[in-house]
Amino acid sequence: MKRPDLQRPALLEARGVSRLYGPGKGCEAIDFTLHRGEVLGIVGESGSGKSTLLRVLSGLERPDTGQVAYQSHEGELDLYALGEARRRALLRMEWGLVHQNPRDGLRLGVSAGANIGERLMALGERHYGQLRAAGQDWMGRVELDPTRIDDAPRTFSGGMQQRLQIARTLVTRPNLVFMDEPTGGLDVSVQARLLDMLRTLVRELGLSVILVTHDLAVARLLAHRLMVMRRGQVVESGLTDQILDDPQHAYTQLLVSSVLTP
Amino acid sequence: MNDYSDAATGYNFAYLDEQTKRMIRRGLLKAVAIPGYQVPFGGREMPMPYGWGTGGMQLTASMLGQDDVLKVIDQGADDTTNAVSIRAFFERVAGVTTTSATAEADVIQTRHRIPERPLRQGQILIFQVPIPEPLRFIEPSEEETRLMHALEEYGVMHVKLYEDIARHGHIATTYAYPVKVDGRYVTDPSPIPKFDNPKLHMAEALMLFGAGREKRLYAIPPYTWVESLDFEDHPFEVQQWEEPCAICGARDTFLDEVITDDRGGRMFVCSDTDYCQSRREEVA
Repeated sequence: MKRPDLQRPALLEARGVSRLYGPGKGCEAIDFTLHRGEVLGIVGESGSGKSTLLRVLSGLERPDTGQVAYQSHEGELDLYALGEARRRALLRMEWGLVHQNPRDGLRLGVSAGANIGERLMALGERHYGQLRAAGQDWMGRVELDPTRIDDAPRTFSGGMQQRLQIARTLVTRPNLVFMDEPTGGLDVSVQARLLDMLRTLVRELGLSVILVTHDLAVARLLAHRLMVMRRGQVVESGLTDQILDDPQHAYTQLLVSSVLTP
Repeated sequence: MNDYSDAATGYNFAYLDEQTKRMIRRGLLKAVAIPGYQVPFGGREMPMPYGWGTGGMQLTASMLGQDDVLKVIDQGADDTTNAVSIRAFFERVAGVTTTSATAEADVIQTRHRIPERPLRQGQILIFQVPIPEPLRFIEPSEEETRLMHALEEYGVMHVKLYEDIARHGHIATTYAYPVKVDGRYVTDPSPIPKFDNPKLHMAEALMLFGAGREKRLYAIPPYTWVESLDFEDHPFEVQQWEEPCAICGARDTFLDEVITDDRGGRMFVCSDTDYCQSRREEVA
């Protein structure tokens, strides 16, 4: 009888990753694993090194020391030992990155449909009708009006631009998605809808996500596991509910107690 | 020393000094070796403003031999300002023979057209290029576009074509239509009408491209595979006209619309003046 493989390798693994711009600035000696289908939240105040860590993990910035290992179809890949061509191909095909500011992740000069289709075209899709169908399908999935497929992103509101960015990223069905404050800069009612939508998409597509946020409410809603960062180091990590309901480290206690409740 | 009896004194043959010509020819050799790849070169000041064909002129100057016959066209015509000036320039500084007949020319410098008469092996066509980078409109950073070329990240090229169809219902790019050269580099064929794109494919002549302001040169060697980018359900098409050329009656050439009066009168004539004239002489 074949036993189920309980020791499946982690999808993404950071081993002693450091990237310091100065003492305490950046991230230092980070170790963690991310499993398939898991949403890992990285929380901490501004300047705690969350975004630096995300840049390092997502292949945008080479760490000073340490390793980022990704489990692809072909086995384990050391992200920074790969050639640039391969690393960018990985970013393009298997990963997705959602920026805090949708203007960083969108091409503002071209229509919403072209934005959604771009990653597909980069993968070699050369059928206009199918690109358009995918565009309309995804606009519907992120709760945008599909009849606005030919409108420029700059005519969209901030929340709609963020959804468009999410559609553009998820259209190629990436294995791993990095999100940097996906709800930053949106008002609370728009945030709530976006979070709801994200949660549905994550579940439906079985995405693995690394989510950086300073908002504990966002982390509580989306993340399965949390890592709390302070001054470039991880001070506490564990299951989301465990950390938010029973914080151990003094800094985490401070963070949790600072949340405003109306 | 050589005797260029007709050439102006005080200038080196064909204006540029020999070291500069050698530098450009080295660049051209590299360009021919890597079809479609943009090779940087040390562009020189030419006695003409940027945008008037300084890139093409520098290439012509470095390629020209004393026995070569030169033809210069601008939008297909031999008698427009740009063509007349550049031809006069090389007559003066190189003393070479010039012609307007495509078949007799060894070197043809062109702006915006490929002659209608098929070019033969041994001829060299030199294009004046304003913006050599086909990815520029969508990616303003030079560092990034070079990386995209190096890694063959050409998905964005289709974003522009997609946008055309979304806005106009068809691919509305009519000139500087992007091509893929030898299955590798996406290249801007200079602002030739897309009507001329099929002439790039497996052409017998050597095609050289020079951009003076941007200081880039590139090449499509003879017998190179050149395909125009398109979508499966919106294939590449060239322009068509409902009427023939009003002068020579040709139906298979690129036509210019000429306004003849201020009451809406117009006619369509071949943009390639040499081809049009030779057809009329054949008929007569």
